[in-house]
Amino acid sequence: MGQGGFGDPRPKRSHNVDRNSLISNASGWKSLITFTVLALAWISGFASRLFAVIRFESIIHEFDPWFNYRSTAYMVQHGFYNFLNWFDERAWYPLGRIVGGTVYPGLMLTSGSIHYILHSLNIPVNIRDICVFLAPVFSGLTSISTYLLTKEIWSPGAGLFAACFIAIVPGYISRSVAGSYDNEGIAIFALQITYFLWVRSVKTGSIFWACLTALSYFYMVSAWGGYVFIINLIPLHVFVLLLMGRYSSRLFTSYTTFYILGLIMSMQIPFVGFQPIRTSEHMAASGVFALMMAVSFLKYVQTILTKAEMRYFYTVAVVGAGSVVFFIVVLLTYAGVIAPWSGRFYSLWDTGYAKIHIPIIASVSEHQPTTWFSFFFDLHILVTTFPVGLWYCIKNINDERVFVVLYAVSAVYFAGVMVRLMLTLTPVVCVLSGIAFSHLLGLYLKEEENPSAQDSDSETEDGSSEKSSRNLYDKAGKLRRMRHEQIRESDGLGSNVRGIVVLAILMMLMMFAVHCTWVTGNAYSSPSIVLASYGQDGTRQILDDFREAYYWLSQNTHSDARVMSWWDYGYQIAGMANRTTLVDNNTWNNSHIALVGKAMSSNESEAYKIMTSLDVDYVLVIFGGVIGYSGDDINKFLWMVRIAEGEHPKDIRESDYFTERGEFRVDSEGTPTLLNCLMYKLSYYRFGELRMDYRSTPGFDRTRNVVIGNKNFDLTYLEEAYTTEHWLVRIYRVKKPDEFNRPRIPLSDRKIKRSKIFISKKTNKRKKGSIKNKPPVVKGKKPTKTA
Amino acid sequence: MANLSSVVAKFYNEYTVHTPKKLKIIDSYLLYVLLTGIIQFAYCCLVGTFPFNSFLSGFISTVSCFVLGVCLRLQVNPENKAQFFSVSPERAFADFIFAHVILHLVVMNFIG
Repeated sequence: MGQGGFGDPRPKRSHNVDRNSLISNASGWKSLITFTVLALAWISGFASRLFAVIRFESIIHEFDPWFNYRSTAYMVQHGFYNFLNWFDERAWYPLGRIVGGTVYPGLMLTSGSIHYILHSLNIPVNIRDICVFLAPVFSGLTSISTYLLTKEIWSPGAGLFAACFIAIVPGYISRSVAGSYDNEGIAIFALQITYFLWVRSVKTGSIFWACLTALSYFYMVSAWGGYVFIINLIPLHVFVLLLMGRYSSRLFTSYTTFYILGLIMSMQIPFVGFQPIRTSEHMAASGVFALMMAVSFLKYVQTILTKAEMRYFYTVAVVGAGSVVFFIVVLLTYAGVIAPWSGRFYSLWDTGYAKIHIPIIASVSEHQPTTWFSFFFDLHILVTTFPVGLWYCIKNINDERVFVVLYAVSAVYFAGVMVRLMLTLTPVVCVLSGIAFSHLLGLYLKEEENPSAQDSDSETEDGSSEKSSRNLYDKAGKLRRMRHEQIRESDGLGSNVRGIVVLAILMMLMMFAVHCTWVTGNAYSSPSIVLASYGQDGTRQILDDFREAYYWLSQNTHSDARVMSWWDYGYQIAGMANRTTLVDNNTWNNSHIALVGKAMSSNESEAYKIMTSLDVDYVLVIFGGVIGYSGDDINKFLWMVRIAEGEHPKDIRESDYFTERGEFRVDSEGTPTLLNCLMYKLSYYRFGELRMDYRSTPGFDRTRNVVIGNKNFDLTYLEEAYTTEHWLVRIYRVKKPDEFNRPRIPLSDRKIKRSKIFISKKTNKRKKGSIKNKPPVVKGKKPTKTA
Repeated sequence: MANLSSVVAKFYNEYTVHTPKKLKIIDSYLLYVLLTGIIQFAYCCLVGTFPFNSFLSGFISTVSCFVLGVCLRLQVNPENKAQFFSVSPERAFADFIFAHVILHLVVMNFIG
C-alpha cells in the first residue's frame, strides 16, 4: 500500500527526463509515456484509497454514504422510475420524505448503470462493492480530466504533473476513499471534465464542444449541489473576458450554446426543478447571457457601421444594458419572482451568519472555517507552489488562463470559508502546481536544446523558483545560495546547479508523496462506524459497537418500530437497522429536528410528552464516556439545545445549561437542568455503578475527564433496552402509559384475580420432566401392563 | 433623427449588398424564430404560463434555436474565418444539427 502512493511521482519524473531526450525522435513515445503515466496515476490513486478496505473491511463509511447506498440499493431493486417516485415513509417519521425529488440522482444512476452493465456481461458484483469502490475508480477519471484541463491551459507535461498530484493529494482523497460513497466522489470528476470542455470550447468556438460542456454540466447538476459553482464561475469568466476587451465570436458561440443547453438540462433534475430561473444563485449566468447577446449585436452593427461615434454609442449601450439587466433582477427579487439568496449561500459571504441564523448548518463540523493547519495538511507542498503557477498564468495570460486564475481565486476564498469546500480548491491547486513544477523542471532539465529560448524567461523563473523552494525544507535554503553564486559567475545555468535544483525538487516531491500516504493512511481512512483503538503495545482493537447496536435493533424490535436519535445517526439507523427514524442527515425540516432536540434537552416527563406525541418506541444515544470517544451526543448536546431554542425559546434556554461561569460541565458543578435532562440521563444511566479499573472512581467519564455529577438515578418513562459492549450506543425503550407510575399491589389485595395462574415447570419439584401415561411403579411389585 | 434614418438606410444598403446569400437564408430563419419568441412572450404575458414546464420548454427551445442559428451564422460567415480556423462550414452545420438533437430530446422530455 505504502509503495503504491509512494512510488507515484517517481515514474513520472523519470519519464519526464526521458521525454525530453526522446521527444525529437518519435512522437509515438510521447503518447506512450502519457498513457503510462496516466495509468500509473490511476493505479496509485486507486491503491492509496484502499487503506480503509484493507484495515477494516469493504464497508460503507460515515453517514451520508449510508443513505446513498440505501437509495442505490432501492433503485437497483425497484428500477429507476420507482426510485424517482419513491416516498420513503421510514424517514422523518410522521412526515416521510419524497426521496426521488429531494436527491441528486447522479451518484445512484452512475453506480446503478455500472451494476447493470456488469450484470449484463454476466459479472455478478454486489451493488455494495460497486458503491464502495466507485469513488476510487472515479479518482482515476478525475486525474485524466485534470490532465486534459491542464494540457489545454498550459502543456502536456504540466498536465501529467497535475494528474499525478490529484491522484494522491489528501484534500481530494479525504472525500474519495473506498467506502466513502458520496456525491463529491463523482462530482469532482464532473467538475474537472466540465471545465476542460469549457476551456476547449472557448478555444475552438465550436458548438460541438459547447454541447459537450453542457452535457457534462448536466451530469454535474445531477451529481452535486456544487454545480452552482460552475454556473457562477463560467459566467464570471465570460464577464471578466468582456471587461478585458477579449470578446470574440468564439466566446459568444461557446457561452451562449453552453448556457441555453445547460439551463434546460439542469431543469430536468427533479431536485433542481425551476430553480435555475428563479433563484438568485443562477441569475448571474442569465445576466451574462443577456449581456453577451447585447454585446454581440453591437459588434455586428459595428462591423457594418464603422463610425467614430460608434464607440461612444457602444459603451453607453453596454453599460445601459448591463444596468437594465441588473435592475430587472433586483426588481424581480424584490417582487418575489426570484427567490433571494438562500441561507446556505449567505453563510458563504458572512461566516458568522450561519451561527446566528441557522444553527443546524453551523453545527456540522465540516461547515466551519478552515484553519491554516488544514490547508497544509491537505495540500502539503502544493499550497506553496500553486501561487507560482498562478503567477505564470497571470504573466502569460490568455483567454483560458483567465479562467484558471478566476477559478483559483474564488476557490481559495471558498476554501477559507468552509472546510468542506477545500474540495473545490484541491483540483485547481493541483493544476497550478503542475504548471509550476513543469515550468521549473523544464527550465532546469532542458540543457542542450535551444538555450536561447529560455533566456528571456530565466529571470522570472529564478524569482519564482526561489519562492517555491523557500517555504519548503531546510535543506533548500543552502542550495539556493549556491545557485545564486553560480548564476552570478556564469551567464547560463551550470550543470551542478541544474542537478542540485532538480534533486531538491525531487526531494520535495518525494516528501509530498510520503506525506500523502501518511495522511491518507492515518487521517482519512477511518470508516467511522467501525472504530479502531490502539493499545499500549500497539495491538489494534476494533470497536464495532455501532453495527452491534444497529443489528440488535434490526433483530429485536418490531419492524415498524420508531427510533428517535439525533439527526446524525438517522441515515445509519435507516441503512443498517432498517427502522423508522424521526430525523436524519437530510435536515430539510428544521422544526422537526428542533422538536427532537427539545425532547433530548428537557427533563424526562416533558420529553415523554413529546415522545408519545411522536410515537417513539426506542431512543438511541451515542455515549463515549467509557472508551473516551469524543464524537458522542453529550459533546453535541449544546447544538441540540441551540437548535431547540431556535424553535422553542420559551421552553429551552441555552443559558440554563451553562454554569454561572459560563461553562458546560457534566460533573457535580453542572446545572440541575443539564443533570436532569433526558440526554444526560440516557447517557449516564447506571454509569455511576461502572468502575473502569480499581484506581478510578466510579462514574468517571473518560471523554470529558470528570466524575459525573448525577450518579444514582432511575428512569421512570424509559427502560434500558440494550447497551453495546463498550457502551458506545445505548438504546432505551419508551414505556407504554400503563407501564409506569403504578404502585405494585400485593397479590392478596388485587380485586381481579388472575384467571390462569401460570407456574413454570422449572420452579416445580418435578424438575426433571415427566412422561405421560407413565406406568405407576410400586417398589417390590411387578408393573402391571395397562394396554 | 436625420442621422438615425441615414444610419438605418446605410445599414440596409450595406446589408443587401455585402451579405452572402447563405447568410441571408440564415437571417430569415433567425427572424422567423425571433417572431415566434415574441409571440410566445406576448402569449405568456396575456394568457399566463400555466403549465410552466411546457411554457418554459417552448420558450427556451425558441431562444436556443435563435442562439444556435446565430452561432451557425457566425461560424459560416467568411469574415470570421480567422476566428474559427478549425471549423469549416460543413462542420459548423453538423455541430448545429448535433446541438439541435440534444436540445430537442431534452425539450421533448421537459414539455410533459
